[in-house]
Amino acid sequence: MARDMANDAVPPPIDLWSSMRQATSARIGLGRSGDAMPLKAVLDFQLAHAKARDAVHAPLDFDALEEQLAPYETIRVASLAPDRPTYLRRPDLGRRLDKESAAKLDAVQHGYDIVFVLSDGLSSIGVQMHAAPMIRACMERLGDLKVAPIVIARQARVALSDDVGERLGARLAVSLIGERPGLSVAESLGVYLTYEPRVGRRDSERNCISNVHGLGGLSYDLAAEKLAWLARTALKLQLTGVKLKDDVAAIAPPEIAGEIG
Amino acid sequence: MAALTCDLGGDRYVFDDLKDVLAKASSRKSGDELAEIAAETDAERIAARMALADLPLKTFLSETVVPYEDDEVTRLIIDSHDAEAFRPISHLTVGGLRDWLLSHEADSAALAAVSPGLTPEMAAAVSKLMRNQDLIAVAKKRRVVTAFRTTLGLEGRLGSRLQPNHPTDDLRGIAVSVLDGLLYGVGDAVIGINPATDNVPNAISLMKMLDDLRLHYDIPAQTCVLTHVTNTIEIMNRGAPVDLVFQSVAGSEAANNGFGVDLSVLKEAHQAGLSLKRGTVGQNVMYFETGQGSALSAEAHHGVDQQTMEARAYGVARAYDPMIVNTVVGFIGPEYLYDGKQIIRAGLEDHFCGKLLGLPMGVDVCYTNHAEADQDDMDSLMTLLTVAGCTFLIAVPGADDIMLNYQSLSFHDMLYLRGALGVKAAPEFEAWLERMDMVTPEGRIRELGLRDPRVARLVDQTRLVA
Repeated sequence: MARDMANDAVPPPIDLWSSMRQATSARIGLGRSGDAMPLKAVLDFQLAHAKARDAVHAPLDFDALEEQLAPYETIRVASLAPDRPTYLRRPDLGRRLDKESAAKLDAVQHGYDIVFVLSDGLSSIGVQMHAAPMIRACMERLGDLKVAPIVIARQARVALSDDVGERLGARLAVSLIGERPGLSVAESLGVYLTYEPRVGRRDSERNCISNVHGLGGLSYDLAAEKLAWLARTALKLQLTGVKLKDDVAAIAPPEIAGEIG
Repeated sequence: MAALTCDLGGDRYVFDDLKDVLAKASSRKSGDELAEIAAETDAERIAARMALADLPLKTFLSETVVPYEDDEVTRLIIDSHDAEAFRPISHLTVGGLRDWLLSHEADSAALAAVSPGLTPEMAAAVSKLMRNQDLIAVAKKRRVVTAFRTTLGLEGRLGSRLQPNHPTDDLRGIAVSVLDGLLYGVGDAVIGINPATDNVPNAISLMKMLDDLRLHYDIPAQTCVLTHVTNTIEIMNRGAPVDLVFQSVAGSEAANNGFGVDLSVLKEAHQAGLSLKRGTVGQNVMYFETGQGSALSAEAHHGVDQQTMEARAYGVARAYDPMIVNTVVGFIGPEYLYDGKQIIRAGLEDHFCGKLLGLPMGVDVCYTNHAEADQDDMDSLMTLLTVAGCTFLIAVPGADDIMLNYQSLSFHDMLYLRGALGVKAAPEFEAWLERMDMVTPEGRIRELGLRDPRVARLVDQTRLVA
């Protein structure tokens, strides 16, 4: 038996596919049941899709998030999208505060260097898992700035941070938002920085750090390091967006220059 | 144009102009609702269809949905309209066109003859009066044949794009996905990579790897790295092996500007691709991708519904004799196509309009995780499209694109379509599969164990290349 295997010129099948799988996480070498996918592969796929859908549709647990964020002060707000189906159909509504939230922000103190806006986005699980540790990593690096109370937003898009930042009179708005889930990673967090946030800012006026998660993504420390550098540079240059991105390559240390969109 | 009206049981519906009646006659789409141009009630939608049905086709030659002066796509559509080809149908209304398309006299040759006389807006308009089965029945009659190293669009054939994407463009990771797809007989339309990093040196290294693989395996297929067309022009200047020249296009000048292109740069790219003369059985060198909602998302839709804007993108594509065109139908997300029903309808509309206008139309049958859709919806759409004679479909390992984070079709799905509907790959590619002894006498793709010497040989070559 052992000798047979030793004499076999072709490596055993399992070894061959597994060595190829080291090169990619694509669903290769699944095998066949007739022409169809084997049941195990079908069910694995369905489970991954179910988790991604749960990440989109599970409501953000505000109480749990506030507990994680203690002792930082928080303010809860909501967008104009009243529910998930409306949120998914109407990105425009997810970019604006509802009347009550707007009044709430108008009533609090104004004038900050930076405001953090935590938004469910397309993955509430991403925010639930990664927003609080990410905030701590950011505070360690940006604690000397005048930081607004942390805003937690429901049914929110990135641009809601414009509405929030403008009402609070913040020089910078940082949106920490759940990214569109894929089958392999459903809990990724995105970070968007906007100088002088105000309603109507275009996406080209922001800088983005994406893929903050624990499954081979960016670590909290590295993401916070990049954000801190971008934030201080934005305050100095008085801009964010394409122009800042262009400059990153020229002036940032290499570990920061990579991956900033 | 005077306002159009439709009286329904005491209610009068009024439509301001051509683009208003087109938008309101459209099947329900979340994108048109987002743009606030959709019918407000189901009854208004049908009233719009009734008004549209009575509209003479000639109206579309005097009335534009995007002004001629403001938009080079409109100018292309109007200036390239073939009045001679239009003559046999010039007396028809939009409703009359629907009936004629379905008539038996409108055979393959008759449909091909009128193509240059149809504007994208006419195609979009008539599709709004057609049920899904009508879209399938007419598209099936309209064969569009193109060729490079394979010949696509022939009767009884279904092409496939092998899409071996990788999140970091790892050459070996991409090569093993190509190998996996070849074992299912996939890739005759194109072996095409969406690069994760969009720059010239990276694209060149991917192209060289694909070209080496193609030469090592002696595959009659074309390869493509789907980078921006200006990158591909630069890459051709540097002498790298470019087969198909890729670009995303949309239905207005402003939307194309959002993609960083205009008609002149597309022409330059087309000429450059032709000059390489790399095709063996034909010289269709362009590859375009489109999708409903792209103009609206670029805020460049001019108040026109997303399906009409999509048909205008085909008006752009057909100016450059493409090898393949595909709509990426479910990729854009639920704010444009909300659920499986809307995605399936849009996929059939896009395929029909593309074919009617004379394009080698394929579809990326796909969805994102925030849309109300799943693989069952994809099963329905791919089956319907194959019945409709779709030129090609896109397939990725296990239906999971690990770079673009969406779900398309699997390599297995292509086997299902071959088996269930009796279609085959392009003749040149099918002959290669037979040479490789990968096809059974019944025409099935053999399931080869990894111990099989045929596979071992492919694996060794993968190692050599990547």
